[in-house]
Amino acid sequence: MTKNSIKLMLMASTILGAASAAHAEDVTLTIESWRNDDLSIWQEKIIPAFEAENPGIKVKFTPSAPAEYNAVLNSKLDAGSAGDLITCRPFDTSLALYDKGHLASLADLSGMNNFSDVAKSAWITDDGKNPFCVPMASVIHGFIYNVEALEDAGVAVPATEAEFFAALDAIKAKGNYIPMAMGTADQWEAATMGYNNIGPNYWKGEEGRNALIAGTQKLTDDAWVEPYRQLAKWKDYLGDGFEAQSYPDSQNLFTLGRAAIYPAGSWEITGFNANADFKMGAFIPPVQNASDECHISDHTDIAIGMNANSKNAEAAKTFLNWVATAEFAEIYANSLPGFFPLSTAPVELEDPLAQEFISWRSKCKSTIRSTYQILSRGTPSLENETWNASANVIKGTEAPEAAGKRLQDGLASWYAPQK
Amino acid sequence: MPDKVHKPTFRWHILVFLAPAFLIYTTFMVVPLFGTLQMSLFAEVDGVQKFVGLDNFTTLFGDERWAASFWNALINNTWFFVVHMVVQNPIGILLAALLSSNKLRMRAFYRTSIFIPTILSFVIVGFAWKLILSPLWGVAPSMLDAVGLKSLFAPWLGKEEYALTTLALISVWQFVGIPMMLIYAAMLSIPDEILEAAECDGLSGMAQFWKIKLPLILPSIGIISILTFVGNFNAFDLIYSAQGALAGPNYSTDVLGTFMFRTFFGFQLQLGDPNMGSAIASSMFFIILVGVSIYLFGIQTRLRRYQF
Repeated sequence: MTKNSIKLMLMASTILGAASAAHAEDVTLTIESWRNDDLSIWQEKIIPAFEAENPGIKVKFTPSAPAEYNAVLNSKLDAGSAGDLITCRPFDTSLALYDKGHLASLADLSGMNNFSDVAKSAWITDDGKNPFCVPMASVIHGFIYNVEALEDAGVAVPATEAEFFAALDAIKAKGNYIPMAMGTADQWEAATMGYNNIGPNYWKGEEGRNALIAGTQKLTDDAWVEPYRQLAKWKDYLGDGFEAQSYPDSQNLFTLGRAAIYPAGSWEITGFNANADFKMGAFIPPVQNASDECHISDHTDIAIGMNANSKNAEAAKTFLNWVATAEFAEIYANSLPGFFPLSTAPVELEDPLAQEFISWRSKCKSTIRSTYQILSRGTPSLENETWNASANVIKGTEAPEAAGKRLQDGLASWYAPQK
Repeated sequence: MPDKVHKPTFRWHILVFLAPAFLIYTTFMVVPLFGTLQMSLFAEVDGVQKFVGLDNFTTLFGDERWAASFWNALINNTWFFVVHMVVQNPIGILLAALLSSNKLRMRAFYRTSIFIPTILSFVIVGFAWKLILSPLWGVAPSMLDAVGLKSLFAPWLGKEEYALTTLALISVWQFVGIPMMLIYAAMLSIPDEILEAAECDGLSGMAQFWKIKLPLILPSIGIISILTFVGNFNAFDLIYSAQGALAGPNYSTDVLGTFMFRTFFGFQLQLGDPNMGSAIASSMFFIILVGVSIYLFGIQTRLRRYQF
């Protein structure tokens, strides 16, 4: 969507919002979010569904750019001008908002019973007593591939590490497609779609993640360095000049049909469905040996909470309870295939690619991104350092072992269990 | 009869004329500046702002990691400045010299087109150059290819060794119009009589430039240097719009501005720390203050001025 049409819609929504405020009894709720890609879905599907059931409550969705969201939101909250409902980033970013008194506790919200403890884990105080955001969706990592490209090179969908590199070699040898679409210019793809995508198979998902938090495993251990060794091999399969290739560049390379395999997060599904005119499939991050159990990153990514200083607390709670229903989950999951609902109610998905991703939940063990819980609290933040290290390793400017050591030293400098 | 002795009346109009600038500068520059300096002496302990003296600065310069980031940013910043001094200002002078030559046609056209990038937004410049230099869609690789020099192309913005210089040159491209205009104005103000006298004495062409014009425009070059210095050490926008707040690849384009931004506002999972951010901002202020003082007291007072 172009910036202009977003602007127009924003302007339209303000005018509409102002018009509806004329009714004295109407309450208008404003939602802060970083999902500006979802603007039309909120305005056309989610908000009308809610407003139809709850006359007297109007909802405005006012997103800002993803990269600026945290900074913008913090300033708005400090200034007291933030919306009634706040879209929550997972873990510490939102916990800090709760601790500062910006987010209200949702311990007595009845809708919270619809979620498992794992789903709530990203938006709860360390003692587990006060959840402060209603979980909306998680994203699953894997690889999306161009079916034609794999057929062209005559390779089957890879399941193991060896098959994965054999497939990449075959595509490279055939020469019709760039084997893998990824760049290191924006850095985060290397960490999120690289390291945390393939990593869980090596550190055994939750087992390794919890051991790292407990301090019984270190980032210099083989389980944590091996994914870097894998990433170091990717360099040869990326396009020319991948060092300056940005995230949108990679997306375009893949949807234009110039690249075969795209290390992905499930949030790409909507965009790819709209832009790619070839058949796509998805495969699980390859395991070391065919008999190994697979682990996927099923990352709790997005939730919604209430501004503690909202003047419309009752209406906001009504909205949050509605977000916790199966009805919302169904609308949300189907309008945004690739954002998988976290509520315990079963939801039917229509999109085949999304079905493929969500089917992995029953085949593999789920975990979340290793750096998100607790470990990025201090300085240096492990997540930010991982971006940098993953990009360096792929470019070949830092050895996998050296990267592991640097991250371990950084973590040990402030995190007591790792000292 | 002696005139009636006038009591000197208070000249109110001076105050009235000073007031707008004084009020605006105080509100938007002086107060925030002291606010930042004050903030850098505090730290948040258990949710309360507490006075900690120079602790933030001790961390910034004493802690191995903070110090490494700070010096990296300062060195990058210095290099950014050096590229401007070595490339932008000489080119600006050269362009001004060419423009003030009587033989040049279409002077207004050149003057305008070279100056136009200066008024463009950083975001547009950053985005346009990112596209031009993109290894996938950019015109740079295909243009080099057309003249058979494709092998010279590299993803410059993505390579640690080139990225900062590339950005500095982009910034030079954008701002070369400013030294050009200032020097051009200075050259136009050189009276024709002096140049004619020089010609009578047999001085023309390059020799005339070095011996007559250059000494006369030296004060302008001094002003430009100090403007470049202040501008470069406050640089942020271009790097942020082209490389993002992490100033990649591998912090090789991190300048004090981006370092301060990341620290102050936080980035991704890293939470903002306004106090440390203020400490960095204060350090930037002092660096610029020292630089400007050296210029003002060390150089400007010694510059010779000529009156015609």
